[in-house]
Amino acid sequence: MTLLQVVYYTLGAAALFGFLSLVVLVLTWAERKALARIQMRMGPMRVGLHGTLQPIADGIKLFTKEDILPSWADRRVYWLAPVAVFVPALLLWVTLPMARDLVLRNLELGLFYITAISVLSVMGLVMAGWGSANKYAMIGGLRAAGQLVSYEIPFIMAIVAVAMLAQSLDITKVVDAQANFGYALIQPVGLFLFLTAGLAELGRTPFDIHHAESEVVGGPFVEYSGAHWAAFFLAEYLNTFTVAALTVLLFLGGWRWPAMPFDGLAHSTLSLAWFLVKTALVIWLIFWIRGTFPRLRIDQLMSFGWKLLVPLSFLNIIATAVVLFYGWPLWGLTIISLLLLGGTVYVIFKNPGTDMRRETVSVISARDLRRNPTVDAADA
Amino acid sequence: MQLQEQPTQQADAIDLMVNMGPQHPSTHGVFRLVIWVDGEKIVRSEPHIGYLHRGSEKLCEGEQYSQIITLFDRLDYVGNLNCELAICMATEKLMGIEVPERAEYIRVILCELNRIASHMLFYGVYGLDAGAMTPILYGFRERERVQALFEAVTGARMMHNYIRIGGVNEDLPDDFQPRMDTLLDQLERGIEECDDLLSQNEMFLARTKGIGAISAEEAIDLGVTGPALRACGVPEDVRISEPYSIYDRFDFGIPVGTYGDCWDRYYVRVEEMRQSLSIVRQAMKQLPEGEIAANVRRIARPPKGEVYLRTESPRGDFGVFLVSDGSDMPYRVKVRAPSFCNLQALQAMLRDAYIADAVIVLGSIDIILGEVDR
Repeated sequence: MTLLQVVYYTLGAAALFGFLSLVVLVLTWAERKALARIQMRMGPMRVGLHGTLQPIADGIKLFTKEDILPSWADRRVYWLAPVAVFVPALLLWVTLPMARDLVLRNLELGLFYITAISVLSVMGLVMAGWGSANKYAMIGGLRAAGQLVSYEIPFIMAIVAVAMLAQSLDITKVVDAQANFGYALIQPVGLFLFLTAGLAELGRTPFDIHHAESEVVGGPFVEYSGAHWAAFFLAEYLNTFTVAALTVLLFLGGWRWPAMPFDGLAHSTLSLAWFLVKTALVIWLIFWIRGTFPRLRIDQLMSFGWKLLVPLSFLNIIATAVVLFYGWPLWGLTIISLLLLGGTVYVIFKNPGTDMRRETVSVISARDLRRNPTVDAADA
Repeated sequence: MQLQEQPTQQADAIDLMVNMGPQHPSTHGVFRLVIWVDGEKIVRSEPHIGYLHRGSEKLCEGEQYSQIITLFDRLDYVGNLNCELAICMATEKLMGIEVPERAEYIRVILCELNRIASHMLFYGVYGLDAGAMTPILYGFRERERVQALFEAVTGARMMHNYIRIGGVNEDLPDDFQPRMDTLLDQLERGIEECDDLLSQNEMFLARTKGIGAISAEEAIDLGVTGPALRACGVPEDVRISEPYSIYDRFDFGIPVGTYGDCWDRYYVRVEEMRQSLSIVRQAMKQLPEGEIAANVRRIARPPKGEVYLRTESPRGDFGVFLVSDGSDMPYRVKVRAPSFCNLQALQAMLRDAYIADAVIVLGSIDIILGEVDR
């Protein structure tokens, strides 16, 4: 490696880190504003115009707070855990392109690299759970391990199906293959699988089981404070951005689809903006889900993952393989995929076997009850 | 009654003991629930109470009757007007005071609004227990509207000290009627909005349907009352079975569940808000003019004797046992707090539950620790 390359990569990495930090700051503000909008509140309003400087104030607060080490904690594991969560989140961005050539280093096995690195963060959560020497943290860490490992399968399988369509693991090539139409049109079920499993990977509502505030009080993070807690926090928002960006790259045509006019610099700028807008829309969807859904229970989460998402992801791969092998037109895959998706929605919402009426309770009128005190619900 | 030891409630040495509370975000106050878990499953549970014990009952023995009302405000601090009503009616019964019509109506209107406010708080907090962030803000919006009306009438948002022996403290403000009209319309819309937001949500149903179910017999054996009992299918409501004040003049419904699970307990309360609204509407139509308080001596001295009085507070059968020795202070005051009695059913409801269910079940009983510990 020449000196020039070293300088190039160092500067590039620094620029990337700066950009991602900025994204995380904006995301924390945006999430609070989005949730406030859903909940009829104003959100942060005091620091800066409409609270725009709030993330900076939060950052100053977090980094000047005391870092507390519980006396029974496993010291080395406890301090390493935030790093073990934060570093993989950052490493993913080595190969994620935001526009043509706007990438630190495009890997030919980019998708493989991403699936490999994204699994690592589980270890950090388990380490945090163990190192804190706290029962809530321990339960939370084990929940995280179970949840993330099971949802890794549909997550990876959705990526595999995309790679089969594009005949490549190189993300740039996957995006180029979507120049005419995004893979969301060909594999709607793949998009559903990827987003659902992605939400579970992120540990966001409705899958925020490992740090559920009302049950395990923050799970693995319960003992952390100050800068180390901030590292978990940064990683969480960074991962949100990553999953949204991956959704755009793999299913929504990245910066290619629909095609941008102009060429040269204007084209690059426009396609970058286009990519960021699409990512923002996916992130808004994630925030929206957080504002509207309750949390699942761990066993319900597991059965949803293993009984529904895993078989569905394999069916998706088989359907893709069959269509590609026999050279059928791609719209055939769209139809198969839509059928699969329809079946899934039916299984989730109608729960075959149970009656479909609206749940309610019966109301006995006071007049009946005064006349005949032994009246009960069956007579009402 | 001795709680029956359940066959599954034997903890092994390898089971992990987890303290939920006294400092835990979803124990609704300073309540401690010790659970022994095998993985995610609860094998045994043990509630510990007493962290908020203030000796209210004993304090009552050193206060004049009119001063006790403030202490009762602080028992069930979410449904305080219902508590005030209970102690005032008990004293009136002992002294044989006839309360003026208008005062009775004002009391009923405020108590039913208080019930709506209390259930709205439950609604919001229950959403939070289930992991949904949004319902609490919608529940609090409605509660805040009721609270604002209370402030206009009584002068205080929470600790009203408004219902007095023989009537109420002061007459309604001049703009009560228009304020009430807008409030009732807002509440009606608000209740429907809240219902739409959470009740039929697929995940919420998955979390609450069939969880923490107890049978009607078991509930009666454990002394469960109020919405928690009605959710088991028993149409027992003190307002009907032993009508007090002027509740026998109104026509309203008693919501009754089928399975006695968490969702039934939740939805019985949502339905009860609609019924309370209808009671308030009827009472507003019939509200007469006239005196707001009977002519009672400033320092009440009930004759020697004792009285027990039941009312239907938002949480269930709220009973007051009052013994007078003829002086200006009661000889003994005993409160039958519905939260305390309903809490007895917690262990039975936590059979075969998961850790996450503990929060859902506890939330569905809707305890107020001020009332549990007194």
